[in-house]
Amino acid sequence: MDRVAVVGASMTQFGQRDAWIRGLLAEAGEACLDDAGVPPDAVDHLYVSNMASGEFEGQTGVPNALAHDLSAIPAYTARIDQTSSSGGAGTYAAWQSVASGASEMTLLVGGEKMTHRSTAEATDVIASLTHPCEYKHGVTLPSFAGLTARLYLDEYDAPRESLGKVAVKNHRNGVDNPHAQFRKEVSLEEVLESPVVADPLRLYDFCPITDGSAALLFCPESVAREWTDEYAVISGIGGATDTHVVHERPDPTTMRGVVESSERAYEMAGLGPEDVDVAELHDMFTILEFLQFEDLGFAEKGEGWKAVEEGRTDRDGELPINTSGGLKSKGHPLGASGVAQAYEVYEQVTGDAGDRQVDADVGLACNVGGFGNCVTTTIVEAAE
Amino acid sequence: MSGTNDRPDDRPFEAARYPDGSVTYPPHPVGPDGEAPVGTVDLREYDAEVVTWTTSTATPPGVREPNSIAVVEFDVDGQPVRAIGQLTTDEVSIGDAVEPVYCAELRDPDAGIREAESQSWDGFRFRPVE
Repeated sequence: MDRVAVVGASMTQFGQRDAWIRGLLAEAGEACLDDAGVPPDAVDHLYVSNMASGEFEGQTGVPNALAHDLSAIPAYTARIDQTSSSGGAGTYAAWQSVASGASEMTLLVGGEKMTHRSTAEATDVIASLTHPCEYKHGVTLPSFAGLTARLYLDEYDAPRESLGKVAVKNHRNGVDNPHAQFRKEVSLEEVLESPVVADPLRLYDFCPITDGSAALLFCPESVAREWTDEYAVISGIGGATDTHVVHERPDPTTMRGVVESSERAYEMAGLGPEDVDVAELHDMFTILEFLQFEDLGFAEKGEGWKAVEEGRTDRDGELPINTSGGLKSKGHPLGASGVAQAYEVYEQVTGDAGDRQVDADVGLACNVGGFGNCVTTTIVEAAE
Repeated sequence: MSGTNDRPDDRPFEAARYPDGSVTYPPHPVGPDGEAPVGTVDLREYDAEVVTWTTSTATPPGVREPNSIAVVEFDVDGQPVRAIGQLTTDEVSIGDAVEPVYCAELRDPDAGIREAESQSWDGFRFRPVE
């Protein structure tokens, strides 16, 4: 089977932006086509990963709007909403469109415009994904993180400081990412003394609210060389779900969607966790980096925190995690995040990551929606 | 933290029982075994234990601030059943025994993004057993 290639990638500046959703999507989409040298009329399928443009901004119908704004008419369009994992789900849909033969050129653009809303309003839009039995108690995604962090620290005798070191590491990485929302280091003391948000987690354990967009361009590998000599391939991809009601999971510190989706991706790629050189994990909250690190098979259950303590996930460590700065430092524009994770992995395996560059032929991106409710794991390899 | 009202006798804390004996809160159209529920369980008749808890200080519109929440586990005749809900206090620890107490309005239905008519807003908080 012809493998699916990624021949172009882009991301906008993440942070507080003046542009609204249409402008953000167009900016990333146009830059991605320029990156590959592909004209808009060559696009067969156009997917937009977006969670809530209607709720945040009152703008619906964004895929068709983007097709017009990019002059990609009459491309087939669809919006992919899978909450925070909309970007990963969009990557899956784009991969499927090419792998199935339905499209010879698919543009995926993920984006979200959030910062014009207050923190309380944005938190409520995101919390609207919860079950009614959770929503009526005021349960939010940050409160799930606090509940899980307390249990993890208690069950595995992990020190509170280990969570803080995730934030310190990812902020350090974000300094070298020109697109990151926060390009400043934070100390462990600053993390541990920041205001409590969801006990035992504090402000610096959480990602910010962000505007931004990112894009990827997919085609069959047999077509890729017509456009560029520099491309990567999606060698494995898997998606899975876990319970909608979070408290019904047998082990709250295991994200079954991560386990299942990564097993499917590893099997498709013919690889295992030991083959991964660099990974972008969904660190919406610091505790999520530990859970994914373990559930992707990089460490035994309850041992993930030790990798951070020992520096094994640093940029110069044996398995660099979140060289982009992660959601924590780079920012988390919901629909864009999964696409931006794959963008970073693409930049790493094609040798274009600049000051963030590590030695990597195989990269992995794990994009999580809800509190592990929906997950896509993508493995990207350098083309040979 | 207060605001917990006396429970009306006619308001059960309803979980669903399925053919394989499993019990879930909330009830689902089909259970873990893929079958429809065959009965209900009123969790008011059981005590529970705190699995984990947090106090959130950044709450959405219509939610009390701070908001202490716990995941608790009921022992329903040997069958573990978990639930989530607000606490009446932040003076709890993992493993503490708690009991459900009725609250007529857990959150202002008109303040958040969700349609007020789309779901119920009463329910049960958890109070440490003296």
